[in-house]
Amino acid sequence: MSQPVTDASRAGVHEASENVLYADHITIRFGGLVAVSDVSFGIPPKSIVSLIGPNGAGKTTFFNVLTGLYQASVGTVYLGGRDLTGLKPDRRAALGMARTFQNIRLFNLMTVEENIMVAMHAHLRSGVFSTVLRLPRQRREERAAADAARELLHYVGIEKRQGELARNLSYGDQRRLEVARALALRPKVLLLDEPTAGMNPRESAEFKEFVHRVRDEKRLSALLIEHDMSVIMTISERITVMDHGHVIAEGAPEEIRNNQTVIEAYLGKAGRGARRTSQS
Amino acid sequence: MPATSGFRAWLADHKWPLGYVAIIVCLFLLYQAILPNLIDEVSTPVTAWLPVATINECLMWAIMALGLNVVVGYAGLLDLGYVAFWALGGYTAGWLMAAPFNWTWDFQLFAPVAESYPGTHITFWLVILIAGCLCALLGVAIGAPTLRLRGDYLALVTLGFGEVITQFFRNSNDIDGYNVANGDAGIPIIDPIGLGPFGLIAGVPESLTNSGSDNIYKILVLGALLGLCLFVSLRIRGGRLGRAWLAIREDQLAATTMGVPLVRSKLLAYAVGAFFGGIGGVANAAGITGAVSPSGFDFGKSVLVLLMVVLGGMGNVWGVTIGAFLLAWLNSNGLRQIGVTIGAASGKNLEAALPRYNFLILGLLLVFMMLFRREGLLPEKRTKALLTTPSRIEMESVGAHIAEAEAKNRAIAESNPNVDAEIAGSAGAVSPDLEPPAAAESTNALKDPDQ
Repeated sequence: MSQPVTDASRAGVHEASENVLYADHITIRFGGLVAVSDVSFGIPPKSIVSLIGPNGAGKTTFFNVLTGLYQASVGTVYLGGRDLTGLKPDRRAALGMARTFQNIRLFNLMTVEENIMVAMHAHLRSGVFSTVLRLPRQRREERAAADAARELLHYVGIEKRQGELARNLSYGDQRRLEVARALALRPKVLLLDEPTAGMNPRESAEFKEFVHRVRDEKRLSALLIEHDMSVIMTISERITVMDHGHVIAEGAPEEIRNNQTVIEAYLGKAGRGARRTSQS
Repeated sequence: MPATSGFRAWLADHKWPLGYVAIIVCLFLLYQAILPNLIDEVSTPVTAWLPVATINECLMWAIMALGLNVVVGYAGLLDLGYVAFWALGGYTAGWLMAAPFNWTWDFQLFAPVAESYPGTHITFWLVILIAGCLCALLGVAIGAPTLRLRGDYLALVTLGFGEVITQFFRNSNDIDGYNVANGDAGIPIIDPIGLGPFGLIAGVPESLTNSGSDNIYKILVLGALLGLCLFVSLRIRGGRLGRAWLAIREDQLAATTMGVPLVRSKLLAYAVGAFFGGIGGVANAAGITGAVSPSGFDFGKSVLVLLMVVLGGMGNVWGVTIGAFLLAWLNSNGLRQIGVTIGAASGKNLEAALPRYNFLILGLLLVFMMLFRREGLLPEKRTKALLTTPSRIEMESVGAHIAEAEAKNRAIAESNPNVDAEIAGSAGAVSPDLEPPAAAESTNALKDPDQ
């Protein structure tokens, strides 16, 4: 963070080739408001890293810049060393960036299987004519896609729900479907925006295991935004803390746990925090 | 027997398409072979209520409705200017199948007209393709500037484009000094539909005159065109592009983050919808009216097509087809016949009055539809689900409220047992299914062992 500016671009290129995903000095302004200020952030290959911070810290905004929903005012995002500037979200998804949403956003009136197959769009080739004429190549492709979708559903454990409309799934299954849909993109990086929101402790623990399994078996990196500290501290290899759009701390879970700045960002100054604890 | 069950399954899977083909063939046979041989008491009412001309019009309208269904029903892009494609299709027929401007040259391509006939005369079947492609281009041109718009704004801009195209044709007798499409007068006398080699079959005419739209063979021709549109609609719906459209309709933002290219998919929706519109336009010009003029392409036509889509059941091609048949029938002949029937019973002459109020009546129909059957006559399964049952998460969130209320009950009951009844009542208000006395009892039961 405190590197001299002159070295920044050079360092960025180096970091970009080291990391699967690298965000180089990202700043996002909405009018006069600076939502994210000069954040650099890298995800090493096959790692699980987390982004935490109080509400309004700019975490989801940062996510949206990574996936291309917003364009950064300043800064560059690299995926596998490739500059993503100017690429639309669908291109970034096709290149291997998958995400889930804070409040689940499935295609509610499509079946579970269709939800997954939508995410395979970028990997399928057949156009209007081959679809209308149902050419052999298109049929093979569709069959392979359906098989892959079933496999993914099996992977997240909801293969029995295949034909149901997504809206009729239980909350937990909807979360699973959203992850399966993201995996259908065959991503290099999986961005999870508060994945354990609304889960009970047992489900959270299962989810932690699941993320590890996905990382190992699908050979990808995962970036989580989370509020549940018990999840964060045990799942992450590295944690980045944001507050008011700035990165205020970065390091292993142990370091973050004992970092005075982080504690203050979450609980306010020591005195107020202490009074609040004594009251409850 | 596996072979039989395979065939049965195939039949069950294709009952709608097979039914459609059967209906078209039966209609044709009915009017061609059966009705002329029946006594007048039977054949007169049938031809009065459902003349051949009306059937042809219904088929043509259904092609239009299917095209709009791709844009509105599949991709969820509200288009109020669909008549533009109909107009361009019609005028393409005017340019390529007639002698619009006292042209003296004579260009013919498999056309069913006399050899010395001046003007450009290209066969109907080729013009359909050309018009479809031209309209697809226009669809992309109209669609491109509207890509960023959604909902009401999109509807307004498309409405504007629809009017622009009509006005263009209205003023087309003097576009920078050139006569492009004869302005208000339009282009009269468009070539009939030629049947080419089919004309060699005994009894089949070589071309279907367009002096009247009541040619029985047109049922087969327009029926085949509609069948093609149905086929294409269904095939695309089941493939990669159809899924992308549905995803965009459901949640545009999620779709694009899942790798669906918005610009490309939306433009393709406009292009495919417009292609159908072009086919419908040519079918109308060459098969039904035999001429084109700007007065035939007013805003009311766009609304009527949209009504067919909404009334039939957005997204479901069979529902849309049924909706189109119903409204086109009412509009073309049904209202008049109903007027005649009511008139005969009440002694008032309503034969002309009822058709004049067609938009009032269709509007009322729509209002009642929205009140009692919002999803349309034959909706897609998914739309029906949306409008009739709450989603699982909605139900669970209501359940969460109940759980919350119960937890609050318990907490307060521990501090002050007197408010029990009151709170139990409020919990009952959250969910009418939860009986207040039972809830109160359960809280007490929980509390008692502690005391």
